[in-house]
Amino acid sequence: MKALILQFIKSLRQSFQDLLPIILVIAFFQMVVLKQAVPQLGQILAGGLMVLVGLSLFVQGLKLALFPLGEEMAYSFVKKGNLWLLLIFAFTLGFGTTVAEPALIAIADEAATIAASGGVIENIDSARDSYAAGLRLVVALAVGFALLIGVIRILKGWPVQYLIIGGYLGVVIMTAFAPKEIIGIAYDSGGVTTSTVTVPLVAALGIGLASSIRGRDPLIDGFGLIAFASLTPMIFVMAYGMFF
Amino acid sequence: MDAIFHFGGTTLSLIRDVLPIAAILIGFQVLILRRPILNPARVFVGLVFVLLGLALFLEGLELALFPLGRLMAQQLTLPSFILGEGAESIDGFVWSDYLWVYVFAAAIGFATTIAEPALIAVSIKANQVSGGTITVNGLRLAVAVGVAIGVALGTFRIVTGTPLHWYIIAGYVIVIIQTATAPRSIIPLAYDSGGVTTSTVTVPLVAALGLGLAETIPGRSPLLDGFGLIAFASLFPMISVMAYAQISEWLAKISRNDSSTSDKSGK
Repeated sequence: MKALILQFIKSLRQSFQDLLPIILVIAFFQMVVLKQAVPQLGQILAGGLMVLVGLSLFVQGLKLALFPLGEEMAYSFVKKGNLWLLLIFAFTLGFGTTVAEPALIAIADEAATIAASGGVIENIDSARDSYAAGLRLVVALAVGFALLIGVIRILKGWPVQYLIIGGYLGVVIMTAFAPKEIIGIAYDSGGVTTSTVTVPLVAALGIGLASSIRGRDPLIDGFGLIAFASLTPMIFVMAYGMFF
Repeated sequence: MDAIFHFGGTTLSLIRDVLPIAAILIGFQVLILRRPILNPARVFVGLVFVLLGLALFLEGLELALFPLGRLMAQQLTLPSFILGEGAESIDGFVWSDYLWVYVFAAAIGFATTIAEPALIAVSIKANQVSGGTITVNGLRLAVAVGVAIGVALGTFRIVTGTPLHWYIIAGYVIVIIQTATAPRSIIPLAYDSGGVTTSTVTVPLVAALGLGLAETIPGRSPLLDGFGLIAFASLFPMISVMAYAQISEWLAKISRNDSSTSDKSGK
């Protein structure tokens, strides 16, 4: 318990260092460039304190729960030696973490509104809802697929660059053909899928797999899952926009 | 009172975010793999820390950083700030009138990336796995420099109105060239860095800046130009992380050569 508190104080100091650049940038622009006093100083101080404590707690929680969980799962699957089970797990993890993601729900609703005002779908509630639900499903499928391919890549030891560069070529080509309204949504959905809780877990899973399979290097083979998860939604969403 | 309700709402939406993850992990571990979770009390405490920490973090950003950052982005792009007192609308400007906007874009892109929790997580892992050759702060600095350059260039693009795809295609050509020449071990990490930057802290502020620019400059569309900035923010970290590895390799080579020549002269 005492060790935990000591560690927390250390991590508070680290978090303060992490937030210092933001404070300096805001203060400089507010006072030197815009020449204005900082409004509602009390609220800002309270918010800053919350950010500080929150970031420290999050980093502690990473080390206590998310990292060990992700790695333990990877070891268990390798020990079990059942490939299909591992692939089902990878897909479920990608799909399950994405379909309920609040940022994605917000983007899907916004996309439905844009599509309705652009005349792509009828401007009634039921049409918008089914469009938004369809979009969420497509993005979740895309992330599930990304982790599936990513895990196969770790098992086989394929170099990551051919898959990723090939994927981005696909994105460039599809951008030329996809309806203009969907492109912004597609690019954005690549960013929102990699949420703050998913990233550490997926990183730990990849590294755990790569370090428990002989002949794989955790640095070369363990990373790359996040890159897949931000690439495939762009392709899937543009395809959704082209065919629906 | 309102603040408490709002905090409750943030926590609830986070629980909704974490619940499926916990269900999948525990379901597979306990029911399918039939292995107990090691140290369940510690894992539980850790998950509570993650949830509570993120809720506080997001709520604090909403109180302190986002309103101020959005306001500043708006003020920096106002015609009266760009063209001097009394200017009502933007006409007859040159790109250098927006100098402070580029500086702000770079500075805020850098600063928010340093505070990005997902990037901290990936850096900790990269440090462990590389046996210390990749330092936590080194990687974060490299990514932050990439975001800074990317966002500044992105605002420059909105101001000048040059087509987005030229920049993106040029960027990917650089990525491909670097992929062929950079140390092999950095490549997956560099690609991952592109994905983690577009997370909780950076996106809202950068988007506000893009929106402010697109609304005040005639002929720009908030919808098309706003997302362009995010694309820049995820492309340039790939370049800067690979450059970081290339430069450190190059420096190591120079110091090796130096020490070998000094060895010879010593003999």
